Amino acid sequence: MGRLASLKLLAQRFAFLSLVLASFALMVLGKADGALVEHIRLTLADAVAPILEVVFRPASTIAEAVNGVRELGSLREDNARLREENARLMHWQTVARHMDTENRALRSQLNFIPDPDPSFITTRVIGDTGGAFVHSMLINAGGNQGVRKGQAVIAGEVLVGRITEVGERSARVLLLTDINSHLPVMLEGSRSKAILTGDNTDRPRLNYLSASTPAAPGDRVVTSGHGGVFPPGMPIGVISSVQDGIVRVEPLVHRHQLEYVTVVDYGLAGILPSDPPEGRDR
Amino acid sequence: MKTSWLQRMDLWVRHLLPAGLTLVLVLIGALPTHLPAFAEISPQMPLIGVFYWAIYRPDLLPASMAFAVGLMTDILMGTPLGVSPLVYLLVHGLTLSQRRFFLGKPFVVTWSCFGVMTAVALLLEWLLVSMLVDALVPLRPVMFSLLMSVSIYPVLSWLFGRIHAAMLRAE
Repeated sequence: MGRLASLKLLAQRFAFLSLVLASFALMVLGKADGALVEHIRLTLADAVAPILEVVFRPASTIAEAVNGVRELGSLREDNARLREENARLMHWQTVARHMDTENRALRSQLNFIPDPDPSFITTRVIGDTGGAFVHSMLINAGGNQGVRKGQAVIAGEVLVGRITEVGERSARVLLLTDINSHLPVMLEGSRSKAILTGDNTDRPRLNYLSASTPAAPGDRVVTSGHGGVFPPGMPIGVISSVQDGIVRVEPLVHRHQLEYVTVVDYGLAGILPSDPPEGRDR
Repeated sequence: MKTSWLQRMDLWVRHLLPAGLTLVLVLIGALPTHLPAFAEISPQMPLIGVFYWAIYRPDLLPASMAFAVGLMTDILMGTPLGVSPLVYLLVHGLTLSQRRFFLGKPFVVTWSCFGVMTAVALLLEWLLVSMLVDALVPLRPVMFSLLMSVSIYPVLSWLFGRIHAAMLRAE
């Protein structure tokens, strides 16, 4: 009897050790063969996506109800503010229309070749995942809906991240605040180029900005279109602080505000280091 | 006495509860809360499940289940694969080895031990993730996540206690 118990203990220890080794093996595998791990990941995420969606519904209803009550209090102020904003925007609309016609006229004179029209897929965020270690989200659309790796993800008009993993009916969005996100950007005013690097904080850093470039808080940061992943000029954020040569950017849209996002396909192949073109042998 | 098919089914479902609830905690952790800055500091709820059941019902949440819960966490959360399984396994193993110490101890003792265990677990996770992404992940949100986990522990532990008591009554 005692022998049997000790044998059982031995078996337990062995199982524990092999599981620990399996964990390490997974880590190494994730480093060595990203594609395989990604496939495993998304197959499971696909299975969980419908569950998340169902659980999400009541949760979002509660959140909406709470929001509704909170908004009642500020109804009057909101109204006044929106009226004012509307008047201002009407003015901008006229300006934009004028610019548009002017632009079109000038383009026709130059034989300008316009960028291809993008296609859109709007979907709901079903998972705000990663906690303290990763800034990513799960969305409720995948390969079946035409989502592809590398596509831009926007909220409103603002770039929030890009697609990194695609399943059949779910996909993962890497937010630009994530530590793995590097994005070619430029300052809207001076057109000087830089790389926006996430570091898992709310405010990503602006790297490789030339020292002679004046960068001041409040400057708008937009995509530069370099690397061929995103078209140039998509708004991202504004510079929030310049301290000891470290420039930080406050994104226009924050992680918690993302409820619906739009996946945009600009028809740009892009150079994504982690994404070899399909069909090529690895 | 011969147990009927229904009784066996009932027992089976009841025995799935600890592991099932812990997996549900993983799912809940992935839900978007739309609260400012909450996502970064959200509590490590599955860890509470692994810790609690390793003390009170290790037969129903064995090491292999802790591994599975960790795997599920990594897959859903997008953390490098293998990190959470290892961390949950170690927490499970450490807790299990000190099980005799925990049993019958006042709540405050278990609670503080959970705090220490979570601190070590999160530090290890932070180290592993930083190594795997080749960059230092900020430690601040991890600290806050620890605080959140410790503060939510009494609630979840109370809930688990009620379920555990109900399970014992039925047996």
